[in-house]
Amino acid sequence: MPFKKTPQKFSAAIKAVEIGTGDKKTVLGGEGVMPLYSFDGPIENAPKVGVEIVDTGLEGEAKGIQEFYAGCTTPAEMAAKAATMEGADFIALRLESADPNGANASVEDCVATAKAVSEATDLPLVIMGCKNNEKDAQLFDKCSEALAGKNILVLAAKEENYKGVAAAAGLAYNQKIGTESAVDINLAKQLNVLVTQMGVKGENVIMNPGTAAAGYGFEYVVSTLERIRLAALGQDDTTLQMPVITPVASETWGVKESMASEEDMPEWGSRDDRGVDMEVATAVAVLAAGSNAVILRHPQSVATVSKLVKELI
Amino acid sequence: MALKGIDIFKMSPKKNCKECGVPTCMAFSMKVAQGAMKIEQCPYMGADVIAKLSEATAPPMKTIQVGDLKLGGETVLYRHEKTFVSKTLYAVCVSDASDVDAVLADAQKVDYERIGEREYVEMIFVTYAGNKDAYVEAAKKAAAIGREVILDVEDADVAEAALAAIADKKPVLNGATEANVDAFNALATKYGVVMGVKAEGLDALYDLTAKIEGMGNKNLILNVCDTSIKEAFAEAVQIRRASLKNTDRTFGYPTIVNVAKLAAGDQAMQTALASLFTMKYGSVVVMETMTYAQALPLYGLRQNIFTDPQKPMKVEPKVYPINGSDENSICCVTVDFALTYFVVSGELERSGVPINMLITDAGGYSVLTAWAAGKLSASTIAKSVNECLADQKNKTLILPGKVAVLKGEIQEKLPDWNIVIGPREAVELVQFLKEYK
Repeated sequence: MPFKKTPQKFSAAIKAVEIGTGDKKTVLGGEGVMPLYSFDGPIENAPKVGVEIVDTGLEGEAKGIQEFYAGCTTPAEMAAKAATMEGADFIALRLESADPNGANASVEDCVATAKAVSEATDLPLVIMGCKNNEKDAQLFDKCSEALAGKNILVLAAKEENYKGVAAAAGLAYNQKIGTESAVDINLAKQLNVLVTQMGVKGENVIMNPGTAAAGYGFEYVVSTLERIRLAALGQDDTTLQMPVITPVASETWGVKESMASEEDMPEWGSRDDRGVDMEVATAVAVLAAGSNAVILRHPQSVATVSKLVKELI
Repeated sequence: MALKGIDIFKMSPKKNCKECGVPTCMAFSMKVAQGAMKIEQCPYMGADVIAKLSEATAPPMKTIQVGDLKLGGETVLYRHEKTFVSKTLYAVCVSDASDVDAVLADAQKVDYERIGEREYVEMIFVTYAGNKDAYVEAAKKAAAIGREVILDVEDADVAEAALAAIADKKPVLNGATEANVDAFNALATKYGVVMGVKAEGLDALYDLTAKIEGMGNKNLILNVCDTSIKEAFAEAVQIRRASLKNTDRTFGYPTIVNVAKLAAGDQAMQTALASLFTMKYGSVVVMETMTYAQALPLYGLRQNIFTDPQKPMKVEPKVYPINGSDENSICCVTVDFALTYFVVSGELERSGVPINMLITDAGGYSVLTAWAAGKLSASTIAKSVNECLADQKNKTLILPGKVAVLKGEIQEKLPDWNIVIGPREAVELVQFLKEYK
């Protein structure tokens, strides 16, 4: 009696959302199977890998990252360099300098940075804020205006500022909107509903339902992503069918395993290796749980994860 | 496959003796099928029928025991449905062609504790590379370091020599193929060990497993493809899904994934694959190395994935000195929920400020939940301060911002302490400490 293969088919599918323009534009989502299950059905748009660039420079970064960007003095130069990374599908610019508790750079300066980065690369662009809700809303508004027609993704609208972000980025300038919630399927759903009720089409929304580094309450991340995917495909829940993007680097490079110096933890070995392994392990785990794109920092992580995706799909 | 009442009835004695307490054999059979009664409650049921029926009502995936380690026995495909019961085990690969002592010494380097769990390489995977004597020696050395051993060999003669050399260890005999299955099954039975099954493709693996089951051996582990990442993933998922979703017991066994072979020489890719197969259904993951860089994320991931969703993860309540703090450093207090501990301690370390972190026993709940449940109160905080921080010279205590309401009461109970309200969120700690100084 031979083995009976029973592919798990769904009649629903994840929405396909395009970011960027021209030859390098890229599509997230579109599949109607569980994550990476290409043996069940076609996955036309394999998961994507983005490179994160932080506008506050390279101080404190791992050696491998600093060496990769050696000679780059501006975010735009870094973006041009990042675009040459093997496996890079898009660039994610994090406007950390805008943080009112940090450098508190003006919105105008940040917009100028975003424009310069956009001009330096033809890869699709994701604009990430500084985690200050008010400032982020202003940033996303002005960046969307300055980069009109570039089909960027702003990451992300939250419960506290979605109205402004959706009105500006989504409705006025027709960019793609990220919706960010804190590791809870109901919050993710609610924010998607709120944003679409304002008139933003579901096809223009990509969600970030929250993340963590492996080992740091990561079970909640996994279960949230898996439940979202099962509801989207199994129950045809259109409010959860948006593709998922996960900013992995900003979580994993902040934990002890990636930050501790080699002098403090000699038995742990090279900081670059630790950072890469933490970034890679976390990225692959979120892809396996249901993410359509990950944002990474280290060139070796980008190469490894994109290679694995190519092998799998 | 679950049996229907009518199938059980066909095998019943059909005496309608009522001794089981039910009027007819048909009624009894229906109850057994529903699980309301046990087949053993019939005094006249033949032994062969009982064996057959207990098989049909057995759990879909077998639990295989290797030494003290358990593999398999899962009942769900997703952790939110219930609980994963047997965590993925990590093995390091060694062969008779490698520097066995060096590999084994390296494999033992990672050994630490994380939230009450010992994290180490649980198994050594000894692969045969062509030199019989050296292989037996390698097996002996692997058996001597106190880890479980997997003998990865397809030559019956070599396998027997290695098995005989470490018979007491009860290693896994990994290498039954279509070509050697008779000899290997005899060996596994003779030495009473778990047998690994290898075949190319799911169909061949299924047939071979069914054949071995037919020989009476159900103490098995299945090897997924070790030449293609795509195939390996497809097989691991489909084997698990067949057993749990379609209750196909032929595939109701744990799996071995040989990541060392799938991505030879590429450490980052092996980490990536180990993460993938920890998420999706690898029971044993074989790697070339297990460095701290690989172990820290992988064991953390594994601990998260295989945690019981109904049981909070707790850390030990005590004082954790951070950034070289002593009795002259300031103190802060929070709960013993593992996630809170990790997030808060991470931020405190990032601040660079020497600080004593006091963890109180709050039943493993987060700050607000523990406060609402009465497990974090002025009394519990005062009590643990008095117990754990009695010798403290700097009597400054930072309180989580979310329980600022407790400040007055704590101040009353600890009159010689300076109680300071800290931020509500851990991410604000660095800024807070910078300004506080």
